[in-house]
This record gives sequence, C-alpha cells and structure tokens, in this order.
Amino acid sequence: MFNLFRDLRIGVLGIQGAVSEHIESLKKCGAGYVAVRKAALLDDLDGLIIPGGESTTIGRLSGLYGYQDRISAMAAAGKPIFGTCAGLILLARELEGQDPILALMSIKVRRNAFGRQKESFEADLQIPVLGEEPYCGVFIRAPIITSVQEGAGVLAQFQGQIVAVRENNLLAASFHPELTDDLRFHNYFLGMALQKAV
Amino acid sequence: MMEIGTFRVKKGMAEMQKGGVIMDVVNPEQAKIAESSGAVAVMALERVPADIRATGGVARMADPEIIQKIMEVVTIPVMAKCRIGHFVEAQILEALGVDYIDESEVLTPADERYHVNKHSFTVPFVCGCRDLGEALRRIGEGAAMIRTKGEPGTGNVVEAVRHMRQVMDQIRQVQNAPDEELMTLAKEIGAPYELILQVKKLGKLPVVNFAAGGIATPADAALMMQLGADGVFVGSGIFKSDDPQKMAVAIVEATLHYDDPELLAAVSKGLGDAMHGLDISLLTQAERMQTRGV
Repeated sequence: MFNLFRDLRIGVLGIQGAVSEHIESLKKCGAGYVAVRKAALLDDLDGLIIPGGESTTIGRLSGLYGYQDRISAMAAAGKPIFGTCAGLILLARELEGQDPILALMSIKVRRNAFGRQKESFEADLQIPVLGEEPYCGVFIRAPIITSVQEGAGVLAQFQGQIVAVRENNLLAASFHPELTDDLRFHNYFLGMALQKAV
Repeated sequence: MMEIGTFRVKKGMAEMQKGGVIMDVVNPEQAKIAESSGAVAVMALERVPADIRATGGVARMADPEIIQKIMEVVTIPVMAKCRIGHFVEAQILEALGVDYIDESEVLTPADERYHVNKHSFTVPFVCGCRDLGEALRRIGEGAAMIRTKGEPGTGNVVEAVRHMRQVMDQIRQVQNAPDEELMTLAKEIGAPYELILQVKKLGKLPVVNFAAGGIATPADAALMMQLGADGVFVGSGIFKSDDPQKMAVAIVEATLHYDDPELLAAVSKGLGDAMHGLDISLLTQAERMQTRGV
C-alpha cells in the first residue's frame, strides 16, 4: 500500500502519560515516530504530539530539562504540534487559576471542567474537518476551552463547550484520540505535518 | 450518545498516570508537597503503611474529612483506600468523589473470600497482585489498574521485585504457550480464560501495571521501571525520609530518567536518610500484608 506518511518523523513527548498509545496510533497511520525522552530529540522532527497525562507533572519536568524552549522554537518554525488533554493545557496561553506553561495558542482553558474522574465519559462528536461520521471523544478529567482569540478556529464542540481547536500549525483537543481505534484525528495532524514538510 | 464511567475511561485514567509517581499523604500539607514535587496523584490516608504496621489494630478507610481536605488543596487526582471486600467503604469513597479507589491489602480485609465487584462503580479501582493469576482475577472483577503488592511499609523493595518478575515471567510463559495449552494454564494459575487470551495477544496485562510496596529511594523506583513497571506508588518512603520534599522530587525524576544512570546518580546525591527499612524474613506470616486477599 502506498504510504503517504512514511517519511515523516513525529515525536511524542515522552515525559509522562499516554505516550505508547499515541505511538501505536502513529504506527497504524504509517508515520515514523520517536518517543521524546530527551530534549535534544526535539530537533529534526516534522511534528510533535504532547500526550495526555498530568499537566502539572509534565509542565514541571519539561521546564526543568530544557524541553520548553525547544518546543516553542518548533512552534515558531511552523512545525505542527498536537496537544491532547494535558497537552492542550500545556499549549494554552491562558489557564484559569494558574500561570500558563508553554503559552503558544490563543485560547483560554479551564482544567477538570467536567468534574472529577467519576464524571469522565465517552461521547459522539461532530467534527466537520474529519468528515460526517461521528467521532468518539474519550473525556478523562477533561479540560475545556472557554474562549478562543483571533487566529484560533473551533473544530469541535460538546454541549456548547469548545473541545477541539486549530491555530495555524497548532492543534489541540480536550479528549483522547489515542484511546480509540479511529485514526482520523491523527491522520488530520499528519496531513498538517506533510504539508509543512513538502 | 454519552456514557459515563465506561471501562475505557477508567482504564484510560490509569494510562494518563504512566511514567509517574503516586505518593501516600496523610494531610493537606503533604499533598501540596507531593503535587509541587511532580506527583501524578496522591493517595489520601489516615496513616502511611509503616505507621499502620507499627500501630497494629484494625486499619480502615480514612476519615472522609481528611480525604476531602486533601481533595480541596490539590488539582492532581486523589486516590483513597478501602478494605478488601468492603464495598460500602468503596461506595462512600465514590460518593466523596475520589478519582481512584485502591482496594488494598494495607488495610485490614473486611472479607476473606470475596473482593469488591468493581464493575458496578463508575470510579475506577486499582488492586495489588503477586502473580499473573491474581492480577487477572482482579481485572476480571473490574480493576482498571494493577500494582504489585510488594510488602507495604517496609522500605524494602525485595517483594515488589519478586512480584513484578513473577508477573512478567508468567506473561512471557503465556506468550510462548501454544493455544491448546492456554485453558490448562488459565486453570492452573486461577485466571479467567478470556483474559489469558488477551495477555497472549497483547504481550502485556490489559491494564496499566504499577510497582508498589517497599519503594524507598530513587534507585528503587528506577529499578522497578527497568523491570517493566508503568509507574510507581511510594507509600511510606517519602514522608518517612529525612527530607520529604527532596526525596519526592528525586523519586519523580528517577522515574522519568529510569534508564539514565548518570542522571540517577545526580538525583540520588545528598538526600539524607531514606526511611528505616525492615528485613522481610523477620516478619511473621501474620505480619505480611501481601498474603491478604489473593
């Protein structure tokens, strides 16, 4: 089978969280992948995924070991970055009740917006850029995007709340595409990476 | 369609904790220290296992007030323990809104024959194991996360190592066994057949597997990670050490850089005394928590 994505090298930030799940999705899409467990590995990537995990932990350790400046440089160079759940929190320029971490996307985010773990859920979402068929969103202690500034476009909403956005080369979702077998979100991101790479 | 508390969101919650350290805390101050040190979750307790061991008597679920106070001060997930088989303690913990319940041998079992039916809760459960059969029985009952039992409150990693090696060894055995041997293997280790099939297909447990029970130093944490743990629980090891904040940070960093000896050397420096440990062979059978609820 002709593989569109095989020459791409996509990193998954490997500090903590659902790293292997994203790698599994990338594998299924046919893209090259690397678990980024050293900051130097961030150089020479075609794109980066910041996975779900504990944003406080990932935020603290990414600052300590020199990941943050390199991620910001990637964003500035137009390389695609995809944040899921904790990754979305890391990317936001504004966080309710705390200081932002990477502050790369023009969005405001509220953590644990649907309540505690026992309120975590799955729900079908309409995401026009992924086609008509509903997309299963897995929400785990999920954040929401309470507002978007100019430049950021809303990709999906759930019960009137914004749960996925894109701002140029930056993509973010408050749910976990890596926990489903539906590869459309990863394919969409890899499409962004391919466009940048050619 | 919208569905709350599916097995996928319970199991997914544990997947978000991978590569992280979950720390036992007994008050809001300790919870803040754990959070600022980079813990991925805290376990809210009335006493850490070392103190439970020293105090004796019946150890029960913590006072809801302690748990609630801890939930108020941190944004990371809060876990709490119920006694093995005590489904009412579990119901109370779910009502309080804890993010994960540990049905734990550290507390005195309430039922010596049956565990909690964990499928009937929307809050996820973690359970301890010493071998693959025990792990798969707990998953069969609905556990969404597994940890080694080790020997809690001892500061001695030897039992956690034994249990992790045992689980990994039996997973390899399942992987190598031809299909016609799997039913007998399931019978021999007391595991549900369907879960044995899943282990063969996946080459690992169908849920996240953490190390617990005796981890006291950064090197202990890294050892368990190199043996294949997805993350670590540290019970008494942090707040029974000389300098809890420093020890907490060091264990978090060691868990991240578990395969980088130079970094492990750097984070292990000048931590003061780790908790005073116990020799397992000096414990009587009755003093061993790991044999509770198999």
